[in-house]
Amino acid sequence: MRVIVPLQAVVQGRGGLVLGSLIPCALFYFLQLYIRRDRRSSSASNLPELAPMPRSLSRSLLSPRGSSGPARLSSRGASVARDDDNPYYVGLKRCAEDPYHHSSNPRGFMQLGLAENWLSLDMIRDWLVGNVKEPLLLDEEGELSIHGLATYQPYDGLMDLKMAVAEFMGQVMQGSVSFHPSQIVLTAGATPAVETLSFCLADPGNAFLVPSPYYPGWDRDIKWRTGIELIPVPCRSTDNFSISIAALELAYNQAKKRGVKVCAVLVSNPSNPVGNLIDRETLYDLLDFVMEKNIHLISDEVFAGSTYGNDRFVSVAEVLDSENFDRRRVHIIYGLSKDLCVPGFRIGVIYSYNENVLAAASKLARFSSISTPTQCLLISILSNTKFITEYLKVNKEQLCDMHALFVDGLKRLGIKCASSSGGFYCWADMSMFIQSYNEKGELKLWDKLLNEAKINVTPGSSCHCIEPGWFRCCFTTLTKQDIPIVMERIHRITESN
Amino acid sequence: MAKKGVPLSEMATSDTHGEDSPYFVGWKVYDENPYDAASNPSGVIQMGLAENQVSFDLLEDYLEQHPQEFGWGCGVSSFRENALFQDYHGLKTFTRAVALFMEQIRGGRTQFDPQHIVLTAGATAANELLTFILADPGDGLLIPTPYYPGFDRDLRWRTGVNIIPVHCNSSNGFQITLRALEDACAGAESMKVRVKGLLLTNPSNPLGTTITRPVLEEILDFVAHKDIHLISDEIYSGSVFSSDEFVSMTEIVESRGHQERERVHIVYSLSKDLGLPGYRVGTIYSYNNEVVTTARRMSSFTLVSSQTQKMLASLLSDKEFTENYLRTNRERLKKRYEFVVEGLSNAGIRCLQGNAGLFCWMNLGELLEEPTVEGELSLWNLMLHEAKLNISPGSSCHCLEAGWFRVCFANMSQQTLEVALMRMKDFTEKMKAKQMISSL
Repeated sequence: MRVIVPLQAVVQGRGGLVLGSLIPCALFYFLQLYIRRDRRSSSASNLPELAPMPRSLSRSLLSPRGSSGPARLSSRGASVARDDDNPYYVGLKRCAEDPYHHSSNPRGFMQLGLAENWLSLDMIRDWLVGNVKEPLLLDEEGELSIHGLATYQPYDGLMDLKMAVAEFMGQVMQGSVSFHPSQIVLTAGATPAVETLSFCLADPGNAFLVPSPYYPGWDRDIKWRTGIELIPVPCRSTDNFSISIAALELAYNQAKKRGVKVCAVLVSNPSNPVGNLIDRETLYDLLDFVMEKNIHLISDEVFAGSTYGNDRFVSVAEVLDSENFDRRRVHIIYGLSKDLCVPGFRIGVIYSYNENVLAAASKLARFSSISTPTQCLLISILSNTKFITEYLKVNKEQLCDMHALFVDGLKRLGIKCASSSGGFYCWADMSMFIQSYNEKGELKLWDKLLNEAKINVTPGSSCHCIEPGWFRCCFTTLTKQDIPIVMERIHRITESN
Repeated sequence: MAKKGVPLSEMATSDTHGEDSPYFVGWKVYDENPYDAASNPSGVIQMGLAENQVSFDLLEDYLEQHPQEFGWGCGVSSFRENALFQDYHGLKTFTRAVALFMEQIRGGRTQFDPQHIVLTAGATAANELLTFILADPGDGLLIPTPYYPGFDRDLRWRTGVNIIPVHCNSSNGFQITLRALEDACAGAESMKVRVKGLLLTNPSNPLGTTITRPVLEEILDFVAHKDIHLISDEIYSGSVFSSDEFVSMTEIVESRGHQERERVHIVYSLSKDLGLPGYRVGTIYSYNNEVVTTARRMSSFTLVSSQTQKMLASLLSDKEFTENYLRTNRERLKKRYEFVVEGLSNAGIRCLQGNAGLFCWMNLGELLEEPTVEGELSLWNLMLHEAKLNISPGSSCHCLEAGWFRVCFANMSQQTLEVALMRMKDFTEKMKAKQMISSL
């Protein structure tokens, strides 16, 4: 069982628990002192070539030294180059190599590990066929001109797209809140959005508190290059994996004791991987918490438009609108990959109420700008609010149907799911089928599901869930006909356990 | 930026974004008062942006003949596939097309394996990515001066890596010498900075010159001897006026039977040669498998839109189009360059002899009140606010000799260029007259 304590990230290094925690902490302290002294003296000299930012030495000690041989990689590079044995990525790879197809490859791997929505793409395609006939290259006079598409544009996105996205976000939140284009920075996907925002809010060695289980991708997206630590704050099945402020408080104090500065709380709403929604009261509590600690709140709302069930989605933006909270500490991550089913086009959003964050993020956006023609295409699609309203409605209905079918199928196998109202997956409890009630047992089951049943699901341990046996199962890349096949394959494994 | 309120990171509040440098300040002044022949003839003419607009008509002709490619880029049947496609390897047809295009630029003298191509959203991202991969915070990258001002931001900001300038000067046409490389390394050592690589821009920005074969050979020997990496930013390789004057680092590597190739990485993009900076298409080409794997993983932060990849795959694979484009583009750039140099010469301004790029490197040393950075910036300011011309001062490019400026000529129409040269002439005449008077 992975040690879910604040030292987890530290322990992932090669050193032992003691060395792995004491030495970097000590070095961190000493380095801070050294850097403070050094910065004062170096500012006097006129050396623009020296980088102004201090970095924690402990990072490079923990990660392995660069690869051996000529022309080594940096420590950062080497740790990325190492093959990822995280089941989340292993499963994705296996599936990609031998994907299921109902007629041409019926024995292939069925992909339940990728949160992509294939259910409503045809709606978008049909709309495009019917509406975007001319190329996107006509200028104001209707003349063919590549100028507008080809030349340098603002790195943080065209204003027209920001306006269209703001409008779309308002529609997604069902008109309960309006978004302002001037508070948007666009990036090539939500992946760089969350990394860029992280760079703005925290320094290397600082930490975010992240209620767990959480999306495995964050371990890469946020930690890799920023040097920020993610501290999982466990949620429990007894209250359907809801966020506990008491647990956040505990984690915050534990971090403080270690000398680690917590800069933000990062939540996903609807939750990935559980699929539950954060209720209004908890949002208030979260805002109170971050205000009291003088830290930030990042709300990743990429699945906001992909909800079903009876609970209404409440964005943190809606709560801010109605109350007098300090908005400067609230930031929303959004994107079109989930709700509009176009992950390939790379459209991500940082929505912030903090003008300094927006200023910094818009400059950082140069490293991950969206291709102009793609922006133009999206402007066309999003501007048709009638189509979008219809699309959002039908998409939700389809999600609801698939979710019901899938959860029902699992129920018949004796597998219960956490109660969820959003996302592309369900959070299934298969703990009764694991041989030993720990991470090892869970991974054994995962392995069987992957390599024997050829079903790729995401084990809870990849998501830092402290209760073994939970699995995230995505159903949005399946057709209705695939579901019985999935259930039958799962049954083969569970009945033998 | 105000630091009170909720704390932000050092990065957000530092000024390593470099946008207070004259290079960017000039852009802002232009943005507030941009020249337009009809509506704003006394506005600022932008000569500080290396954008290529001279061959748009060729792209537009292609579009007219292949409208479906520039529509929404995906046929009906492949829309779904395209919309979902986020494979870091990139669209096969596209990476193959990019490889082919890069080969064409080099006259078929080297081969590029599409599997070694990593796509990024622009060369800006490619250079930053490589820096993250090859160097740790506090390490150093050697960069010959003068260099593209954006490097100060792109290579240092988030990476925490230092730039160690390798100073070149006009005594030999700003060519890189072994002595300069050694001096830079020694300087780094004395500052206890570990040098991890050398980044070249070839053809050079801002010089507008190609690096000769003997110098390239010397550089490869140097990096091998120091056991460091070599990044060759060749984004202007297709903008060399005579195609046989460009020698790519890949040619040197291949001529040595691929020895030392593990340390060589090429950066390319479609922003300059193809005039498509808005499309955000950059690439890293590395012979080193570990670098390719790592870069590919990290490219998750900077993927190229699948729609864009699809759109451009056909265009770049069309050999007839690309050959014609490359040839015509080169001719036009050459013509522009000669026109500018002549115009500047009429104004009594000398330029470095260039053979590539979208700009020329001119010397206004005679007009400086004092041969210092302050003198240079004072002249730059005058040119910006009086002559309403935004050019880039050499000090922004870390040139040690005061008085050099980069002038871009491909981002405007011929008419605008004529107006700009006229203003330049008037300005220099005025300055010279002033000098004469004050010396009396």
